Amino acid sequence: MAAQQVIPSPRLVLVIEKASGQPVSRCYQCHKCTGGCPVTGFMDLMPHQVVRYVQLGLEEDLLKSKTIWQCAACRTCISRCPNGIDIAAINDALKQRTLARGVQPALPAVAAFHQAFLNSIKGKGRVHELGMMIAFKMKTGSYFQDVLLGLQMFRRGKLRLLPEGLKNRERFRALWQGEKEGQR
Amino acid sequence: MKLSYYPGCSLHSTAAEFSASTEAVFRHLGVELQELEDWCCCGATSGHSLNSYLSHALPLHNLILAEAAGEDLLVPCAACYNSLKAAQAFMAAGSQEALELNEWADQALGRQYQGGAKVRHVIDMLADPTMQGLLEGRLKPVLNGLPLAAYYGCLLTRPPKVASFEANPEQPQLMDRLLARCGATPVAWSHKNECCGASLAIPQPQVVVELVRKIVAAARRAGAKAIVTACPLCQTNLDSRQVNGEEALPVFFITEIIGLALGLNATPWLKKHLVDPRPLLQQQGLRAVS
Ligand code: SF4
Ligand code: SF4
Repeated sequence: MAAQQVIPSPRLVLVIEKASGQPVSRCYQCHKCTGGCPVTGFMDLMPHQVVRYVQLGLEEDLLKSKTIWQCAACRTCISRCPNGIDIAAINDALKQRTLARGVQPALPAVAAFHQAFLNSIKGKGRVHELGMMIAFKMKTGSYFQDVLLGLQMFRRGKLRLLPEGLKNRERFRALWQGEKEGQR
Repeated sequence: MKLSYYPGCSLHSTAAEFSASTEAVFRHLGVELQELEDWCCCGATSGHSLNSYLSHALPLHNLILAEAAGEDLLVPCAACYNSLKAAQAFMAAGSQEALELNEWADQALGRQYQGGAKVRHVIDMLADPTMQGLLEGRLKPVLNGLPLAAYYGCLLTRPPKVASFEANPEQPQLMDRLLARCGATPVAWSHKNECCGASLAIPQPQVVVELVRKIVAAARRAGAKAIVTACPLCQTNLDSRQVNGEEALPVFFITEIIGLALGLNATPWLKKHLVDPRPLLQQQGLRAVS
């Protein structure tokens, strides 16, 4: 592989340290995070590389990577990192940056799922699993995936037909609104 | 004794048997559970993935309700438990964002969070000396030595400083001890707290199938005849994503096993499982399970 020259830029690390609350600069590339990560087989960047890329400011590679969406948020990395770095939180900050910048997520189904989930909460304050699944399938066109499983669960009374919601929805909406107010 | 109770969305739907068995066990022990009025979803993985504000605001809504109610908050769902603990840690750290969020919560809900809610996961609560006292003499070793793999997953122990109530978060023991008191033989195994893939099951079932395959193979290698969890996501994934040729292992909730050992009628809970655990229990001499 041809050697690639990278000119480190400190800008990204500042943004991500703030957004994720993680001491990204402390990482000394010991690879313990990657050693314990359960989903490396499905990742294009290894967890320790995510941290290094942030340090170096390789933003485009990060925002276009599968890894940030693939992370299962199991937090094995932070449990074992000698510097207490939570890579799930870094991945979250990168996911949010990807969407904010209008970059196409490398794993669109994962992004669509999270969006469907949050939309489901927004209306009534609780997730309606059946409604959320239908919204997700409409968005991704994956109509037939897991239909049999869905039917089995339905037959066992595991999927409610109707959503339930909060009584005091105004209070809940006001809190939800704080997102806009708080992040001035 | 009285506790506030936060079931969360999964326990009102896909994991209804976890809620039913939890309520039955505590009621049987004389503990009153008062469901938190107007609780909201904790935001789960999607909350922290896409929206940092909501990942703290949603659990804070419930922490404020719990603090107002005044009792310890019992939480069976490992994901809800983890969100609540993470929000508590966020508020305790006292950042500018945390202060602003509390201000906003005050306006929206008419009450600030003072840091006083006590969040207890079901396993943590059952291991509490008071509950151990109530269980004393009531738990019968009905499982006749059945080898079981106690599966803790991610959210009950990680990140250790925020979430764990175990002496050693890499080697959790509390569920194993409870199982032993129910007459089971908890096996020593390698995948106690490996990840099942959680909510990736919906957008990426192939990833979860692979993770579940490894976990179940490890349980089998250790000689377990079934797996026991305390998380609705773990239970749903393990119960629904075993696709290897061998006969699938049943996957219990810990409260179902405790219920069996207390002599409660577990049939309505067990009927809801995709991998029917009743034949295994009958073989084990539990005639009451039908
Ligand atoms: S475990 Fe921590 S210090 Fe080591 S490579 Fe990973 S993030 Fe860096
Ligand atoms: S939190 Fe994400 S990056 Fe860290 S070990 Fe788990 S899956 Fe891997």
